[in-house]
Amino acid sequence: MAVLRQGESRFSPSRLSSLGMRAMILIAMSAALIVADYRGKGLTLVRNGLSMVAWPLQMMVQAPSSLWDDVATTFASRHALFQENAALKKAASAQQLKLLEFDALQQENLRLRTLLASKPTAEPTTHAARILQIEIDRLRQRVLIDQGAQDGVVVGQPVIDATGIVGQTTSVGPLTSEVILLSDPTHAIPVQIQRTGLRTVAIGTGHPQRLSLPYLPRNTDIEVNDVLVSSGLGGVFPAGLPVGRITEVHHDPSQPLALVTVLPAAALDRAQDVLLLTTVPRPESPRPTTPEPKSGGAATAKKR
Amino acid sequence: MNGMARHPRLLSVVAAFIALLLGAIPLPHLIDLIRPDFLLLIVIWFALMMPRIGGLGFAWLSGLILDAVHGVVLGENALTFVVIAYIVQHLHLRMRMFPLLHQTMAVMSLLGIYQFLMFWIDGVTGHPMTLWVRWLPVLTGAICWPLLSGLLGRYSARN
Repeated sequence: MAVLRQGESRFSPSRLSSLGMRAMILIAMSAALIVADYRGKGLTLVRNGLSMVAWPLQMMVQAPSSLWDDVATTFASRHALFQENAALKKAASAQQLKLLEFDALQQENLRLRTLLASKPTAEPTTHAARILQIEIDRLRQRVLIDQGAQDGVVVGQPVIDATGIVGQTTSVGPLTSEVILLSDPTHAIPVQIQRTGLRTVAIGTGHPQRLSLPYLPRNTDIEVNDVLVSSGLGGVFPAGLPVGRITEVHHDPSQPLALVTVLPAAALDRAQDVLLLTTVPRPESPRPTTPEPKSGGAATAKKR
Repeated sequence: MNGMARHPRLLSVVAAFIALLLGAIPLPHLIDLIRPDFLLLIVIWFALMMPRIGGLGFAWLSGLILDAVHGVVLGENALTFVVIAYIVQHLHLRMRMFPLLHQTMAVMSLLGIYQFLMFWIDGVTGHPMTLWVRWLPVLTGAICWPLLSGLLGRYSARN
């Protein structure tokens, strides 16, 4: 610090050196924070404290849109509500039918798996969350949801909406958690092309309606409108959830790899209500009450 | 208005809070890309015009809260805000005398330094963002400066 004092003594010395000193101390403190936050998890307490400070701000930003929602619900016309109700009933019965088919298929699948003596897949449970209408970073595709550690959220949980995968949780505060979207440039998800079974990785581009598949050779069998599902590799996302649809395949003869663009299945920039998946591995031997642990089909039937 | 002028500390807190709100309101993607760093502009203004109130501590706290709101690496904005506030405080007597256009240019270079430092810290902490759009707020921030400095100047004017 003595050197600093010398160098700045041309100006009013006492004030400037103390300014430089204070700047140095604050910069050192920030640098220590950055290192601590980047390296380890020692800052959860500080982070939780700060997120409590940020909470009222987030609620204030949230207020106009939730107020608008309330007003819109209150003043929705009777006719519109009837119509919506009818449409929902129709959709519900259609889905009920599908669900019955699904049940049968699931049981069949389970029986076949038992025959093959392979491990049954984990059965995810879901937990509803709401995306807070708040902008957290211009360049990163991240959102905040209104569920935190108090609601049992943990880091690395898959987040989906009704149409497909949205992203995964990256940091969890007491009341809110941050979700990285599929479209974040630093996010990659292992996917499988449904038509061909080909596995690859989909990477975010920073644009909410575009993912890219950068690792496909030019001669890959891939077409526009092919559907991508998660492949289940990597262990974060369960297999078979919709990720997106291919919108553009560009074969540049001078490039070894094809340029493939994907439209995410989930409405990443418009989603409001999302589901958090918790993958609880299905117990190997079903329930203690089940007499024979071998027949998986019976176990599921009992559970329902 | 009078109350604000008599309590410049209150003005600083209110201005910082409004800037935080403006920075957090959801906007369409394209507009979001050119959103200026309002809080940094506020920090610069207070370091320039009221160095005793908008000192380094104010800059540091603002940066820390911004970090918490944005959910980025903690301390990133705090560090860069302190650096910017230090530069401004160091030069504040000269910068105040600049004509408006000249001052705007100076602010633009400060915003550029800020983006560069953030770029650098992002790279070190493993989130490199090399998209060119990250430099757009430098321009829009500079465009906002005359407006903001006029507005804050009116509110803080002692009559």
